[in-house]
Amino acid sequence: MSTTPETLLTSKQITDRRTSAPHVSMFARMLLRAAVLRRRRAASALLAMIVAAAVATAMMNLYVDVQAKLRGEFRNYGANVVIVAKDGQTLPADALNQVESVLGTKTVAVPFSYAVARTTDGQSVVVVGTNFARARQLNRWWKVSRWPESPADALIGMRAATVVSPSRQPIELTFQGKPIQLTPAGMLQTGAGEDSRIYLDQSEFQNWTGVAPSTIEVAANGTTAEVEASIRQLAELLPSADVRPVRQIMEGEANVLNKTRATLYASATLIILTSALCVLATLMGWVFDRRRDFAIMKVLGASGRLVNGFFAAEAAALGVMGAIFGFFIGIAVAAWIGRVNFHAPVVPRFSVFPYVLAGSVAIALISAILPIVLLQRVQPAIILRGE
Amino acid sequence: MFPRIVYESFRHQPRRKLLAGIAIALGVAVATAMIAVATDIGDKINRELRSYGANLVVTPQEDTLDVEIGGVNLKPPSDGSFLNEADLPKIRGTFWHNNIVGFSPMLPVTVKIAGDPNDVTLLGTYFNKPLHFGKEDFTTGVSITHPWWKVEDPCKAGHLAHRGGMAGNPASCPWPDDNSASVLVGERLAAMLGKKAGDPIDIDGHPFYVFGVLSTGGAEDDQIVAPLALAQQILGKPGAVRRVYVSALTKPQDALAVQDPNTMTPEVRDRWYCSPYVQSIAFQLQEVIPHSHAEQIRQVAQNEGTVLSRIKGLMLLITFAALFASALAVSAAMATAIYERRVEVGLMKALGAGNLAVSAIFFAEALLLALVGGIAGFSAGALLAHQIGRSIFSSQISIEPVLFPIILTIAVFVTFAGSAAAIRRAIKFDPVFALRGEG
Repeated sequence: MSTTPETLLTSKQITDRRTSAPHVSMFARMLLRAAVLRRRRAASALLAMIVAAAVATAMMNLYVDVQAKLRGEFRNYGANVVIVAKDGQTLPADALNQVESVLGTKTVAVPFSYAVARTTDGQSVVVVGTNFARARQLNRWWKVSRWPESPADALIGMRAATVVSPSRQPIELTFQGKPIQLTPAGMLQTGAGEDSRIYLDQSEFQNWTGVAPSTIEVAANGTTAEVEASIRQLAELLPSADVRPVRQIMEGEANVLNKTRATLYASATLIILTSALCVLATLMGWVFDRRRDFAIMKVLGASGRLVNGFFAAEAAALGVMGAIFGFFIGIAVAAWIGRVNFHAPVVPRFSVFPYVLAGSVAIALISAILPIVLLQRVQPAIILRGE
Repeated sequence: MFPRIVYESFRHQPRRKLLAGIAIALGVAVATAMIAVATDIGDKINRELRSYGANLVVTPQEDTLDVEIGGVNLKPPSDGSFLNEADLPKIRGTFWHNNIVGFSPMLPVTVKIAGDPNDVTLLGTYFNKPLHFGKEDFTTGVSITHPWWKVEDPCKAGHLAHRGGMAGNPASCPWPDDNSASVLVGERLAAMLGKKAGDPIDIDGHPFYVFGVLSTGGAEDDQIVAPLALAQQILGKPGAVRRVYVSALTKPQDALAVQDPNTMTPEVRDRWYCSPYVQSIAFQLQEVIPHSHAEQIRQVAQNEGTVLSRIKGLMLLITFAALFASALAVSAAMATAIYERRVEVGLMKALGAGNLAVSAIFFAEALLLALVGGIAGFSAGALLAHQIGRSIFSSQISIEPVLFPIILTIAVFVTFAGSAAAIRRAIKFDPVFALRGEG
């Protein structure tokens, strides 16, 4: 053993450094060196983690958002709530404003008023007053050759047209002795009752017949519970009217949506499980590969707790990193799917992040602990001998 | 020697081989199930979309205008023309008869009811009518085409059995028998008249029985719905039908669908005729029912295409995600399995094996694993798809047999791809280091 001042100094320096350095620093260094020295294996484990987290994030985002997206698509079916005045009366003049004040301006509410007029040759025909701009928004399935622009323009149903205006000539109608001249602006085709009617602008209609709207059709957004709440609110607001759901639309929507949701749920579960499996396989291989490090640590006198803690910390770090990168990639994937399929991006949901993080860390820990538990049973000497 | 090495490798490392095999089987199972669900989802959702009701309506060609406000018919009841009830079973004789889920004839009649000063509309229709066309027997009616119609308070403890309400057939229990004198009363009308199931009701001076209270959320809530024969009898026109609602499974509309069949070339026309577009089904309905005009109900027909294509597109993209995830799981498992066997590679190379021989052994093992795992996974996936179909759609999700070779090929390919990188690295590894255990 040398006792020269230099070496003494050096060893003293080393001891100083070792004693003054915190214990954590060694721990952190081991973690860091392990990752750097075997970067290929570490990178492949991290990649598996990132992919799994990304897939899980994308599926969870889609699962939540697709339902809202599909509800939007279902609103193309038109009104799911109708407000009808009781016993052939008309609705109060401010009913439409009241409806909008309750449901917000994003909801489409369209007033309709009805009257039976006569043509010059004595045919009865139903004339409807409405707001064309709103009707167009609500009933997207209406096939209209041209929407009316001036007040005297009328929208004429296909079947009504063959009777009242076969060659698109102006029509004259009378209601309780009051005549009106109308220009057929466009033709309307729906395949339902609308085909036998003539549609007019509401104010023009009211000037002529004096009949105010008796029906408001509403396309209320939201889940079944939200729509039901809106119906109750509207019923309270308009005691003189019947507010009722359009069961055909509501039940059809609920049916299709439930089935889609269930399929989506099953798929998401399967996919998340598969990617979790992938992570498990990769990480277990990674940890198992490092049984030599493990054995050396044991031989040098590391306690079982320290070794466990080391591998667990390593796995947890991997899980956290994978979750963070994977989360952002997953959000991008979900947004892309939303754009491709629904032509509207999926709104990122950061509330999903805690679940992805917890899941990633949990899987990483499981796949680290399992091989370690197996290795704890084996003598370090056997591992080091390479058997 | 070659087969023996492969065989011994499986015999001596059963646990490791089992793990890799399970990973492959699981990956293949998920892929199979997702592909099966994605290919079948269109058909399944199409059927679910039928819960929106009929997408086609057939009316007489020379019809007068409907004068109807809020479900109240203001037209004289015998005005206009009618379809003939006897022509209706021919709907099952159209080219796309398998796509026609059901149809319901409708005949509205204006009647007087004792205790109500106003006119009431009585709607004659089929509830669950047994019909036959050619050799085929089928039942149809509003129970199929209008699934949102609900009869409240139906046949409690058979209180109508002795009145000939159900003809002893429990299947038709929720609906009145189509040959009976039982009617359904709409819920608002029933509340106004104070009628409930089992009460007698007097319509135009004839006695009938209330089978139950009907709730539809539409105009029928103010009406009486009765068997078609009964409405015809009241109108005095046997066999008359005002319109027929047809519910058909259709293909989403595309550029070909909207063309006019009269201006098409014969080949294009054949293609159009043989595609289940709502337009071509309407055309075929017009062909079989004389003097009729068939029209799509745009509210239902136009929207279902959009909803269908959205859901199909979504499932397709998700299936890609599933395939990606399972491919990755399989590769990861294979890579791990091979990486662990560097020592073996070193030994083989030290004994003089060439790179080709070593990789051939690994690929043969991978092929064996992929085949066994693929077959097990395919069966498991088929079972999974079956379960998903049963629990979500309560119907079968059928797996096309042609999927089997495709899936197996994909499984082998993915396993090879997953192994390739690991095998290359194992071969490149210096045998000396491997044998000394310095991985």
